[in-house]
Amino acid sequence: MAAIAVFLVVEAVPALRVNKGDFFSEVIWDPNGTQTFGIAALAFGTVISSLLALVMALPVAVGVALFISHYAPRRLAGLLGYVIDLLAAVPSVVYGLWGVVFLVPFITGPWKFLNEYLGWIPLFAGDSVAGRSVLTASVILAVMILPIIAAISREVFLQVPRSHEEAALALGATRWEMIRMAVLPFGRPGVISAAMLGLGRAMGETIAVALVLPATFGISFQILTAQGNSIAANIANGFGEATPIGRGALIASGLVLFAITLVVNIAARLVIARRKEFSGAAA
Amino acid sequence: MAKQITVSGLDAYYGSHKAIEDVSMTIEPASITAFIGPSGCGKSTFLRTLNRMHEVIPGARVQGKVMLDGQDLYAGDIEPVSVRRMIGMVFQRPNPFPTMSIYENVAAGLRLNGRQAKSKTDDVVERSLRGANLWNEVKDRLNKPGAGLSGGQQQRLCIARAIAVQPDVLLMDEPCSALDPISTLAIEDLMVELKSEFTIVIVTHNMQQAARVSDRTAFFNLAGQGQPGKVIEMDETSRIFTNPSEKATEDYITGRFG
Amino acid sequence: MSAVQHISPARRFKDRLAGGLVYLAFAIAVVPLVAVLWMVIQHGVARLDLEFLTHSMRNIGARDAGGGAYHAILGTLEQVALSSLISVPVGLLTAIYLVEYGRGGQLSRAISFFVDVMTGIPSVVSGLFILAFWILALGMPFSGFAGALALSILMMPTVVRSAEEMLRLVPNDLREAAYALGVPKWRTIVKVVLPTAFTGIATGIMLAVARVAGETAPLLLTVFFTDSINEDPFNGPQMGLPLYVFDQAARPTDVAVDRAWAGALTLILIVMLLNLAARFIGWWRSPARNR
Repeated sequence: MAAIAVFLVVEAVPALRVNKGDFFSEVIWDPNGTQTFGIAALAFGTVISSLLALVMALPVAVGVALFISHYAPRRLAGLLGYVIDLLAAVPSVVYGLWGVVFLVPFITGPWKFLNEYLGWIPLFAGDSVAGRSVLTASVILAVMILPIIAAISREVFLQVPRSHEEAALALGATRWEMIRMAVLPFGRPGVISAAMLGLGRAMGETIAVALVLPATFGISFQILTAQGNSIAANIANGFGEATPIGRGALIASGLVLFAITLVVNIAARLVIARRKEFSGAAA
Repeated sequence: MAKQITVSGLDAYYGSHKAIEDVSMTIEPASITAFIGPSGCGKSTFLRTLNRMHEVIPGARVQGKVMLDGQDLYAGDIEPVSVRRMIGMVFQRPNPFPTMSIYENVAAGLRLNGRQAKSKTDDVVERSLRGANLWNEVKDRLNKPGAGLSGGQQQRLCIARAIAVQPDVLLMDEPCSALDPISTLAIEDLMVELKSEFTIVIVTHNMQQAARVSDRTAFFNLAGQGQPGKVIEMDETSRIFTNPSEKATEDYITGRFG
Repeated sequence: MSAVQHISPARRFKDRLAGGLVYLAFAIAVVPLVAVLWMVIQHGVARLDLEFLTHSMRNIGARDAGGGAYHAILGTLEQVALSSLISVPVGLLTAIYLVEYGRGGQLSRAISFFVDVMTGIPSVVSGLFILAFWILALGMPFSGFAGALALSILMMPTVVRSAEEMLRLVPNDLREAAYALGVPKWRTIVKVVLPTAFTGIATGIMLAVARVAGETAPLLLTVFFTDSINEDPFNGPQMGLPLYVFDQAARPTDVAVDRAWAGALTLILIVMLLNLAARFIGWWRSPARNR
């Protein structure tokens, strides 16, 4: 672990030395040519695409998990759980392939529609609306992390002791009230860590994003327009033709990605630990 | 307000398996009725049909009538949710919500019926905890998790939670089987105190317990190997334990089988 | 309260609404997921033939039809096998230490924490690390082995976690029964604990293998590309199936995209097979079967 950080730092330092821009605020990424590069645009693209993906995937995934654990008929639920597990194992490059071949052309229409009628929301504004946009990448990421979050959430929901559910029902709770009273509070730490795992996956996801995003540099909240990039995708795209300085720069960006995911993971752990007193370990 | 329950011709099933057959009885208001009998004879199943908890288990269903003061609980327009609201239940193992504090546990049922003023909720929580003989032990740590209490305290917390919504009937499914003798005594005392306000039905494996606390006792047994359970005899507790009219009852209470 | 009352319309509405949303969520989720699988199968079958499985991409340009993924399949199998060879023993020993020896001590808590954090390492970072450490710092060439190293960084925490969970499930009574017979600790672990937990550990390893088999990014940085067959995983660039899909998908011609689909289907089939193998091991050794 520490070794990873050390080696990444060692390899990144020479490149950072020659950097003509400020690494943390520079938007341009051109280590091979002008030797000016900064992480700002890439980090921004990484965080916004992953957050959007999480926002889209989490409610749906929790819904799917609840459906399998508490709504679907028993036999169907077993089958569905198995399918979700299998989908969680589908390699991400497959989702990327699907994204670039099918989703990008398909989704241009809906995006234009959003842009036209909801363009007054800054998020949906912009002129060059296209399929290869941040939102498309987020959709693919969301589809990709959905089975992972759903599979883990279902697992925790199924672990809710029957006696707690019956306690809620015996108080005269409806099914939804029972879920809110017994299932969700019990499952919360599990769902949070599932979400964080999903977020980490989305941020580290390289290939799907690399295939979809047009690899431009810039910071913009116009998530429907043809722009955007992410740290991981940039590494995949830029690695092939990188000079030694370029490699160092890419390694430096990997270090930043590493740091971001580390922060996310530790944050998740803290959230879970804070609720530990109520985790029901004694029950 | 304690209410009377009248059951007639009740069968309960798990899928195609018939667990109890043709049970009819009257449970008197403001008294304690005990169900005794060997394991697996359908006492708990029957208890769960009284507040429609039986049908929570996938594939489980019920035929027959259960009347609460003349109202059929299995009539088409009655929702199980509102039945359970009026007929509370305490389970074999104490099951306070682990993510809630003591206070929140007791208030859990109240919150279902919409928000109330804090002071009113405070009153109900205190009254319920006092009713469950738990107030003095927990009043200084209402915001601590309920799971941190001892087993006996947890069970009394569950009783407080059940009586906080002012049900008419309180069903107890072997409430002391997971507790030590001292906690058991505390719960038994509590039952006797509560019977003026609630109709109490208790399933127990412990015949001394039935004899100590209950006013009437029903003896359940299987009709035969692999057959559904039935009520063999139901009478005043004192009669059941001194002079039962059925041979099977006498065999059971004198320990000759079961 | 006199008679049984109906629940308030607001509560009923909320209950119905929540139920509806849950069903809706399920519908929303099923559509894209099934669409992905369906498209992969539909497009992949077209090119998934004997030639695809037995030929490499040597001397075949993006525009040419034909060509195959033999070199990539071979590469993936070798890389995954190598990374399992590295991470399974290390992961298993770590788990044994955590469960059997280091109960709650400082060291075991530190290891546990690092394993947790390592689970969250993005795959591309593990690739970068091997690049920085193995290839740049030590001057080794791009090779299948470097890829296997990167994959084992990803695989190890998964193996540790699942093995640890399974070992913890072994009842303490079993251990004590063995100690009571005077069996030394290491023999107890080898003869009693490990066989008992075998099924679960094997399942966990299979799932970990299936996961890394689909990783692309670390390979990209450590194995590099090639269109030829390279049977030696220690020397020179290799190919991997995920890499192959990525490479072909990025080429702008229909025949290349078709090859990508076929590669994706092959990859899914391999991963599914590993998953099924995991389930089979679980079922084969489960008590239910022996009843």
